[in-house]
Amino acid sequence: MKISRKDFLRLSGLSLLAVVGKKAIGALAGKGAQSAAALPAVRVTTRWAMVIDPAKCLKEEGCTKCISACHKAHNVPTINDPRHEVKWIWKEPFENAFASQESAYTEAALQGKPVMVFCNHCDNPPCVRVCPTQATWKREDGIVMMDWHRCIGCRYCMAACPYGSRSFNWFDPRPYISELNPDYPTRTKGVVEKCTFCEERLAKGQAPLCVEACPEKALVFGNLADPKSEVRRLLDARFSIRRKPELGTHPEVFYLV
Amino acid sequence: MRDRGVIYTGLLVFLGIITFPMWHDWAAGTTSRGPDPVLPAQEKQCVAPLSTMRTSHMQLLMDWRDGVVRRNVHTYTAFNGRNFNMSLTGTCLTGCHTNKADFCDRCHNYAGVAVYCWDCHVDPKLARRSAK
Amino acid sequence: MFMLEKAIGGGRRYWIWIFSLLAVIGWGFSFYLRQFSYGLGITGLSRNITWGVYIGQFTFLVGVAASAVMVVLPYYLHNHKEFSRMAILGEFLAISSVTMCMLFIFVDMGQPTRVLNVMLYPTLHSMMFWDMVSLGGYLALNAVIALVTLNAERKGVAPPGWIKPIIVLSIPWAISIHTVTAFLYSGLPGRPFWLTAILAPRFLASAFASGPALLILLCMLLRKLTGYDVGSKAIKGLAVIVTYAMIANVFFLLMEMFTSFYSQIPSLVEHFQNMYTGMDGGSSPLLSWGRSSLVLMAVALFLLLIPRVRGNSRTLAVACAITFLSLWIDKGVCLVVCGFMPSPLGIMTSYVPTLAELSIAAAVWAIGALMITGFYKIALAVREDAFVIPTADTITPSPVAK
Repeated sequence: MKISRKDFLRLSGLSLLAVVGKKAIGALAGKGAQSAAALPAVRVTTRWAMVIDPAKCLKEEGCTKCISACHKAHNVPTINDPRHEVKWIWKEPFENAFASQESAYTEAALQGKPVMVFCNHCDNPPCVRVCPTQATWKREDGIVMMDWHRCIGCRYCMAACPYGSRSFNWFDPRPYISELNPDYPTRTKGVVEKCTFCEERLAKGQAPLCVEACPEKALVFGNLADPKSEVRRLLDARFSIRRKPELGTHPEVFYLV
Repeated sequence: MRDRGVIYTGLLVFLGIITFPMWHDWAAGTTSRGPDPVLPAQEKQCVAPLSTMRTSHMQLLMDWRDGVVRRNVHTYTAFNGRNFNMSLTGTCLTGCHTNKADFCDRCHNYAGVAVYCWDCHVDPKLARRSAK
Repeated sequence: MFMLEKAIGGGRRYWIWIFSLLAVIGWGFSFYLRQFSYGLGITGLSRNITWGVYIGQFTFLVGVAASAVMVVLPYYLHNHKEFSRMAILGEFLAISSVTMCMLFIFVDMGQPTRVLNVMLYPTLHSMMFWDMVSLGGYLALNAVIALVTLNAERKGVAPPGWIKPIIVLSIPWAISIHTVTAFLYSGLPGRPFWLTAILAPRFLASAFASGPALLILLCMLLRKLTGYDVGSKAIKGLAVIVTYAMIANVFFLLMEMFTSFYSQIPSLVEHFQNMYTGMDGGSSPLLSWGRSSLVLMAVALFLLLIPRVRGNSRTLAVACAITFLSLWIDKGVCLVVCGFMPSPLGIMTSYVPTLAELSIAAAVWAIGALMITGFYKIALAVREDAFVIPTADTITPSPVAK
């Protein structure tokens, strides 16, 4: 049988397509099977959440202990240019963090005052919905996790996050880290990063670093699924607000009023 | 066959170019030298048999990576029953291969592989030096 | 192979054009190498404005690609014979545009070497996955259609019957690529500017105006340079399509403006103030772009609505150029960037593209132009060959064998 060069190229193109198609179908089918196996609903026993008391936080003016503890441990670079900065936890003026709550008569105690903000670890996270590679996903304990090995840097999650909680590495961050912590990786250029609720510490049974670093105990971390936990006790006892609850993302970071 | 001269010259040039790495290494005297990685002193047995590690350490590290990051599994039970914390810097580079440059890098350089692990994962030695 | 040999060979002007395109590509590529090694920090993008020129061009060009359907649909479904000499040009324009779209997505990636993760871990709930599927499919469909129909034409036979269902499939597929592209934006809860159901219809309307406007200009250029005439009836037909699409686009835009300005919901109205009226007490970095786009849209619509302007090829060319420019500003410049102004935390960051970014974008456009040039050269060469044996039915190729 004689094959012309054109036919050969056509055939090889078609076979390549067939291989790709089979792979894709296999991957999709595999996923289907997996989710079917997970069908018997597991009762959620852990749902990590944070309760913040802004009044306590404001007691010590200019305190940045939680920020520096977090950023140092997680090798978060210090980039002064706000266009390129990377931050996991930071202070945001009240009226920016709670844009819809703001009024000209907002309590003087809060007007212009900084509020600690970080990833809300939403129960219904838009960033997870849009990520094309599952480089960010929601764990069973509610943590919105990131896989920096898989992130392709499309920044769709940054467009999707209604809280501006995500940062992108516009270049290699290492030159901007004054003291490398070898126990935690840095990030490479071209990936998105954010707070992970210190999942590496939770794995060892420790509380997140910001919680530990706060001298006023203004940040309380705990399990919402446990009715006896401190976070539940606080939320039962006091009125709390969340950022942009109207978007249906169900943030798991609560601010006590 | 008036083109014979041109054809043979072309062939010679071609051969010269594709065998260039050989000549280059021969001239530099590096061909007979192996990578000679320095084996750790404090441990005699790796987390898997030598032959497995030689051929598949990258696979093992990727399994560890996916386990820790994606499945929240942190302990690895080795073939001999020993348990290890799955961590490249915390276990491999701290407990065993304390000299990355003489172990990992030597082989990788020899084989001409550029691994991107180190774009993010920190060599503890390097971190200590930068802290000083 | 694939008639590529027909693209090689041409006059001096042809080669000057080709080499200038190659020069732009080389210039942009050198900047891309720098972006590849340094990171996206060489662009003007920032933490608050994470998408810019690249994604803007991508969005605009998906529209141009989809607009091929405005030629394909009347020709193949309604047997609108006037478009016979234009259909292949539309298909090649679509192929080139989709390729540019893919390149724009690629140059926007922070980790381009990992881009195949999208296929390795297919994620059905991500619109970006579906965008990849629809763009890839559209490219394949149009490549097959163009190749098969042109090949048949070269041999002087009617295209094989099996191509007909593929052509029919390409019609809804064209709609789908731009709909899915709109869904990339309109499903994000935290971005009120894009969170509107009219985004997809508006995308399609502006696409069906800007794409055919470009095609009209290309056809006129071809007539001038090569003497290949698609026929004034075809151009007139297409001009009517541009007019209707432009009316729809402006109508949709006005509806958007009404909803935001009349409701006065801050999160909605801020973005439109930023583009058209200016914010009180704040900076509005997009004001001049937004306003010039509005003015140009109005001028274009005014010109298009006058039959005499549409009928004269010189004035029509002006109207089409203005249409194209106004919609390019609206979609390629404002739409993406304005969604990030202000940021979810209320911060207004300005965005100025860098030389590197603009050079890379220019290179991608040049690749598209190079593809169009090559493809049109092939198409014309095939038709000229067919003219050598002038039989009645090879001059006007019949749509598809029934």
